[in-house]
Amino acid sequence: MTTAASALPRAQSLAFRLAMAMGFILVLVVLASMVAATRFGQAASDEAFDRLLRGAALQIAERISVSEGEAQVDLPVSAFELLSLVATDRVFYRVIGPDGKTMTGYGDLPPPDEEAPNSFYNTRFKGVDVRAFKLTRQLAERTISGEVVILVAQTTRERTALANSIALRAVLIIAAAGILFLLLALLVLRVALRPLARVERAILEREANDLSPIAIPAPKEIAVLVSAINRFMGRLDRRIEAMQNFVADAAHQIRTPITALRAQAQLALEEKEPARLERLHRRLYARSVGLGRLADQLLSQALVSHRADTAEKERIDLRRVAIEAERALHAATDRTVALDLPDGPVWVEGDPVSLREAVKNLLNNAAKYGAPPVTLRVAHCGSRHAAITVHDHGDGLPEELAARIGERFTANGIGPDSAGLGLSIVASVARMHDARLTRGTCADGFSIGLEMAAA
Amino acid sequence: MKRVFFIALLLLTALPAWGTETRLEAPGTAARDLVIESSTDFAIFEPMLRAFQSGHPDVAITYRELTTNELDDHVSAACEAGRFVADLVVSSSVDQQLKLVNDGCALALPAEARAGLPDWARWREELVGLTFEPAVMVYNRAYFTGRAVPQSRFELIDLLRESEDFIGKIGTYDIQASGVGYLFAFQDALQASTWGRLVESLGRNRARLFCCTAEILDRVADGRLLVGYNVLGSYALQMIRSDERIGIVLPSDYTLVFARAAFVPATARAPELAETFISFMLSPAGREVLTAQMRLLSPIDGAQELARMLADGSADARTFRPVAMTPALLVGLDRAKREIFLQEWRAALPSGDIAAGSP
Repeated sequence: MTTAASALPRAQSLAFRLAMAMGFILVLVVLASMVAATRFGQAASDEAFDRLLRGAALQIAERISVSEGEAQVDLPVSAFELLSLVATDRVFYRVIGPDGKTMTGYGDLPPPDEEAPNSFYNTRFKGVDVRAFKLTRQLAERTISGEVVILVAQTTRERTALANSIALRAVLIIAAAGILFLLLALLVLRVALRPLARVERAILEREANDLSPIAIPAPKEIAVLVSAINRFMGRLDRRIEAMQNFVADAAHQIRTPITALRAQAQLALEEKEPARLERLHRRLYARSVGLGRLADQLLSQALVSHRADTAEKERIDLRRVAIEAERALHAATDRTVALDLPDGPVWVEGDPVSLREAVKNLLNNAAKYGAPPVTLRVAHCGSRHAAITVHDHGDGLPEELAARIGERFTANGIGPDSAGLGLSIVASVARMHDARLTRGTCADGFSIGLEMAAA
Repeated sequence: MKRVFFIALLLLTALPAWGTETRLEAPGTAARDLVIESSTDFAIFEPMLRAFQSGHPDVAITYRELTTNELDDHVSAACEAGRFVADLVVSSSVDQQLKLVNDGCALALPAEARAGLPDWARWREELVGLTFEPAVMVYNRAYFTGRAVPQSRFELIDLLRESEDFIGKIGTYDIQASGVGYLFAFQDALQASTWGRLVESLGRNRARLFCCTAEILDRVADGRLLVGYNVLGSYALQMIRSDERIGIVLPSDYTLVFARAAFVPATARAPELAETFISFMLSPAGREVLTAQMRLLSPIDGAQELARMLADGSADARTFRPVAMTPALLVGLDRAKREIFLQEWRAALPSGDIAAGSP
């Protein structure tokens, strides 16, 4: 068991597979969350810092007045104290009068490209990135009208730092949660797989020839495995039993004729009288033919019972089965059988080899115990069934033998010369194909065959 | 842009005429050059330069002394043109220095060159405060013998209102001429509502205006003035050590404090050397030189040192209002704002009185 396992390519553990899959998902999630968190961080940071810019601009706007027909601005310190809350960012400002000239501040601070009266925008000033706010104040005095534009700008160091820190924290939390989840999942997996170890122990602790079902409580998923193992062991058990039976049967069946053969051969050795010797030779020959047929039937039985477990059923034409069986019989015994076949194919699902063996045995029986002529007939039987039937002109099966069809062929009374062994093969094949064994007696003889579902 | 370049070229050719330049040759084998532009007198700064050279004998130092406005013009023009101006720029005009840093003219300093500085005395990684400069009131001891010395702005306003003695006898900075004077006045206006009444009182008493602290101190000492308002504490403290005639008051309502600000220009040739110099100046050894030889205070421990020097307890750290290095200082420099502020000032203090104070 262990050597077989180690010969297999080493499979990865469930935990490892799960960890890989979840690790991959985790990486995807973290990557996605990095993108999302960066955007979110930038937006959150912009929102916070933009308020300061807007507040400062509004405070400056409040201090715009008109005196002697000219716009004046008296810069409030509070506006700049507000901007100084962002401790390390540089501050730029510009106030543009109704005449388009810079009233005060940095004359080269660029306004936004768009015309909107109030807007936030990003630009570059003095070689660095700045975030700026443009605020427009309408003047409508007797002496002067037009608009005063206030630009307030700040470098982006702290807002970028805040955005990055928000993003980093979010990603770290997600990653940490993901890793924790991964570890917990592996732990849970370990607990969940514990019943498997119980099954393993239960199997290892068994006696070598104990093939009885494993009876341990297991969760549903594991129970599926346990019942699969049980089914497998059941099949193994049946196979081993069949094998033992076969060996026992074969030994029993073959020992008697061989003993008889040996005794007659011995007699023949001692017999000097030619006429008696001649008779003994004939008997020896008959015996050995019977023994050959017996061996053939035993092997046939073994073949059929083996195929019952293993053979794939296929779609076959019963006419073909009939032709092959007839040909095989002809080759072995020189007997002739009449074939009665329909013009069209008769399709069934089945194992061609087993069916041929069954038909061969039926033909053998008919040739041996029935009366010629023997006919092999294939026919549709209603729309859903097909039948293959052997017909002869004999008396048919004795009742007490018919009742025992299907029993194991070792049972006493079913000798190698009897029809019982062949019938038990037929019965096996019928079971294998869910077919019905039909037999009937009528005025012109006896018929026996298999009736099965048409495909 | 062309014009800027032209002006820069003019400045470059006119350079020798700007300020006074002093060169300290390296005590050892000269290998490195450190160029400092400063608004502080060379005589005051010399001990620090010498002390630095004794630790770094391969450094030759060129010290260029300019007024705050000259320094600002010079450095900003060089910054615009991307041209070398100095390895270190030191000025008492914190607002102008902050604007230069805001305009991207400075290099980031390593953490050790900023270590220990309080928040108000640094901005970004670029601007650092080197000194601790309170704005104080000084008085003539002879006049105030037997009279109560005003301890706060309120008391000063009351005194000016009640007495006729101070007409033409009170002096302060001419904020139109002095960067530091403007800075103090502007901060005063922000700090409290007393500013309006104070300016009014100064105007009514025909206050005399001066360009520099030294002139006010001289006049208060010899009795030509009785009170000096908003003078640089560092000079006053130095003077009261040797001169009995003068007294000093840290206003108890609040005392403005600022720091001379330094940064390394982006175009510096020896930025590491300048960083080393700043680190040295802020180190315990450098602070020792600062207090013992330069008679200045350090932003790191200035408040405690001041309390130690004025043992009467008037140096209360809670009343100190440091002028923080933040972009809020840009407001004072704003063209329109400055115009409005000076208009109010001129309205209260007619220009006729300024002439009287001029040297």
